[in-house]
Amino acid sequence: MSFQPALLSTDILIWLLVVACAGFAWHIVRSPVLRSAWHKVLVRPMGMASVVVLIVFVLAGLADSLHYRERLDNGQLDVEIKSVLDSALAPLTKHTERTYSAPLATHAQAMETIVKADGSQVRETPRLQFGGAHLTDPERDWAGDILARLLRGLVLGGVASLLLAGLLAVSVNIIWKRGFAYAFSRLWKPEKSDLAWRSLLLTSTLLLLIAGAIASLAGGYHVLGTDKVGQDVLFQTLKSIRTGLVIGTLTTLVTLPVAIILGLLAGYFRGWIDDVIQYIYTTLNSIPWVLLVAAAVLIVQVFIEQNESSFSSVAERADVRLLALCVIIGLTGWTGLARLLRAETLKLRELDYVTAARAFGVSGPRILLRHILPNVQHLILISVVMDFSGLVLAEAILSYVGVGVDPVMNSWGNMINAARLELAREPLVWWPLVAAFSMMFALVLAANLFADVVRDAFDPRTATGSGAGS
Amino acid sequence: MSLLKVENLSVRIAGVTPVDCVSFSIGAGEAFALLGESGCGKSMTALALMRLLPPGGRIAEGQVSFEGEVLGTLPESHMRTLRGRGMAMIFQEPQTSLNPVMTIGDQIAEALPTGMTRNEQKAEVLKLLEEVGIPHPETRIHSYPFELSGGQKQRIMIAQALAGRPKLLIADEPTTALDVTLQAQILQLIKRLAKERGMALMLITHDLGVARKMANRVGIMYAGQLVETLPVDDETGLARAFHPYTRKLMAAVPSLERAGQRLAAIPGRVPSLNQPFTGCRFADRCAHAFSPCAATLPEWNNLGDGHAVRCHLAVQADTKPENETLQPLKAAVPGTVCVLAVRNLQVTFAQRTGQLFGKQNIQAVDGISFELAAGETLALVGESGCGKTTAAKAILGLTEISGGEVELDGRTVSHFSEHQFKPFRRLAQIVFQDPYSSLNPRMRVGDILLEGMTALGVGKASGRTKAIAALLEKVGLDPDATGKYPHEFSGGQRQRIAIARALAVQPKLLICDEPTSALDVSVQAQILNLLADLQREEGLAMLFITHNLAAVGYLANRVAVMRAGKIVETGTTRDILIRPQHPYTKGLLESVV
Repeated sequence: MSFQPALLSTDILIWLLVVACAGFAWHIVRSPVLRSAWHKVLVRPMGMASVVVLIVFVLAGLADSLHYRERLDNGQLDVEIKSVLDSALAPLTKHTERTYSAPLATHAQAMETIVKADGSQVRETPRLQFGGAHLTDPERDWAGDILARLLRGLVLGGVASLLLAGLLAVSVNIIWKRGFAYAFSRLWKPEKSDLAWRSLLLTSTLLLLIAGAIASLAGGYHVLGTDKVGQDVLFQTLKSIRTGLVIGTLTTLVTLPVAIILGLLAGYFRGWIDDVIQYIYTTLNSIPWVLLVAAAVLIVQVFIEQNESSFSSVAERADVRLLALCVIIGLTGWTGLARLLRAETLKLRELDYVTAARAFGVSGPRILLRHILPNVQHLILISVVMDFSGLVLAEAILSYVGVGVDPVMNSWGNMINAARLELAREPLVWWPLVAAFSMMFALVLAANLFADVVRDAFDPRTATGSGAGS
Repeated sequence: MSLLKVENLSVRIAGVTPVDCVSFSIGAGEAFALLGESGCGKSMTALALMRLLPPGGRIAEGQVSFEGEVLGTLPESHMRTLRGRGMAMIFQEPQTSLNPVMTIGDQIAEALPTGMTRNEQKAEVLKLLEEVGIPHPETRIHSYPFELSGGQKQRIMIAQALAGRPKLLIADEPTTALDVTLQAQILQLIKRLAKERGMALMLITHDLGVARKMANRVGIMYAGQLVETLPVDDETGLARAFHPYTRKLMAAVPSLERAGQRLAAIPGRVPSLNQPFTGCRFADRCAHAFSPCAATLPEWNNLGDGHAVRCHLAVQADTKPENETLQPLKAAVPGTVCVLAVRNLQVTFAQRTGQLFGKQNIQAVDGISFELAAGETLALVGESGCGKTTAAKAILGLTEISGGEVELDGRTVSHFSEHQFKPFRRLAQIVFQDPYSSLNPRMRVGDILLEGMTALGVGKASGRTKAIAALLEKVGLDPDATGKYPHEFSGGQRQRIAIARALAVQPKLLICDEPTSALDVSVQAQILNLLADLQREEGLAMLFITHNLAAVGYLANRVAVMRAGKIVETGTTRDILIRPQHPYTKGLLESVV
């Protein structure tokens, strides 16, 4: 079976972002100041734990950004675009039910009228097509089977984490060169300036145990239940990761240049430039944000519908809408950072080293690039990391209102939106909501904790050793 | 019995010992000055006395007793009444020590003893305002801090400290942020109040003049330790000082008498305090160090009359180190080529007033004129806000000129556009006051020095690395400094880098804007020596902007005194300092302590 890679527009941007991050990492390694600041982030157990969680999310998102089309048996390309994550999670998509079923259930959620072989009609909850289908007597065997699978999964996760620890010990041993026993003990009890290895090991062990248990249970059940049309909720939750990450990062990509350029220009040149830029962002800020975004999204939606024919697949159309959403949120959300940068630039431009550069006849743009921008770097970084979680939440809010991503695209906002109508049902359909919320919670909490640690490490007021004392 | 007794006080903060084994006592009504350079632990000592150490700091050893009561074990509630009632403190920065949204009357009343009626409080506050010399106390009592000048704010701070009728007043650099004339007034006020109220005074200062004028006894601190205590009086001053460090400090102060002589600079720098010490902490910078100095910590040696010193030299009483011999400086040879001519220079700022669209012009520089020849140093002296820095920026084309002319190297440049001005930029360069804000913290020293050369195209690109190495050597820094960031250097070294940066484009005129006022006395001496040497070597014309008349006498050929945007008096240094004509100049000179 052959396939052909497919690049969606957001994919291109995501991989460009990956390249940019790699470049930034290279820059960090080379600059001692940045290196020591990032070292401070990873020394803190909280920083290390949040980085590990974020890395797992990012890996899932990246796997979901490698798209391809399969070549069908008749030699033609499949219309459907799939990602690497899709194929990894293929078992989850293969088995669908007819409609709602609770997590780990063996029977459907709702009663149905079933015609028996003898022609009599009974109302009962039918057995699921996949969930627990291997059990002969669900009532007797269910608990035992779940326990056995859970144990198997946990053992698997435990073994995997031991392997990881061994791998880590081997790699740090290359640097420390004091034997494995020493490497293990130092990983467990890191010395003063070491990275928070123990936190790394604990977090990854926890994640691997959870992943093992879920993977093992997923072999026979829908771990997080199924939705209205019988699709696996776990699969949807995992697919939504990419949407959340794309909104969180690509929006920043749109925001940053606008915010940085306008903020620095306003702060450095002052005068009428400052007035115009301030006027723009005061105007933008005076329009309710959700309404502004809603209006822009509706316009884009109309445009997409008019040009329906130019998209070769549903996924492509949904992707264009996602990108449009990023641009819209980005273009309406730059004011906070721009204002922050303007204020900082106003302060920096009066400093003596800027005056000294002016006395050398260094041009305005060059001063901005060499003297101002490097000195507001920490502000930019801190605000990017802190805004990320807000953007993930913004996606959920907008999708809930109905102006978010395309309805066919998996996203936590869409899941919540779809589940909201079912909250009135009896028995309650709670799992799509809980699944979406807990994933979002994990990502946003990790991002916020990370932002906290990053701020502590980069904020000159909390960083010690600078400034003169009397 | 002494009022305050400090025994073997040690303070620890995060692995550093900023105060190590300090003992002294202050009797009732006595004025004691703790003298030392920045980072010597003098402020930390004062905070430890008040039990107001910053977070993470604790008294590791020793004890403090006030009126016979040991403070270390007192409950916090008791300690609170002691602060203000027993001992009160005034701080260096009056701008940030007052709450901007409270009237000064309320702020002083807050410090009054509890249990007074409102009327009693008001009467007491009025009395205090009167006492600290605030005019019209009845109206001023309702003023907010922003309505007062810096000197008045410091008076309010003093009134606040006096409100609790303390027995000991701790003043932490009370006049460092103030102008010379104000400094003299505030010092006089503190001295008079202490005498009238029979209040003991503990003065923390880095200024030898202030210490000697205010105190009966002076304790000199170095690197966290008290190294000498000696009584002072008006006649002898600190002249009896024994410790080599104290003597070096005294020889490092610039003055008119020292013009033409090299100032005594202490080699090396203060050791960092996060290490254990074995011997005398000054040993490796001391010219008189001998065998026991590095190995054992000297004991206190009593030289009689309340004079004690911690120095091995004092064991044999007759080995008093001789006076610092000052080497002569090469004489400056002012040339005849006029490098800078300023004619009727005016700079006006538009300031917004309270009204909508209301603007008001402020004449920052109001028609000043002077000329400066190659190899000559002109000192522009004035208090803060007199327009001296604005004038410097106008000369460099960094501020718009509203009238008059600036002539650089024979060409009138004052009405040039940025583009036209660029070729003339290399003629004039500037060194700033604050070495911490004048270097970009994100640039390596090599790049900092390279910036001007690249921007102005000085020298060939291939020769610049060599030129940078030569510059660093000229200002007395290691050549490996190019790869380092500014934060790796001390204040004095940063100022050297700033000087090297200015010299990188081989200017003919160097403007030094208060280049030493942010530095310690011993570092100031190094920088002034360096500037004097450089000027003689390069034949630079130098415009030396300062409020420090002592430094003027040391460095300048001519002096121009500036006040409120105008030059009120100009003449040769000797004339101005010895026979001032203008009353303002006379006032300035009298205020020098």
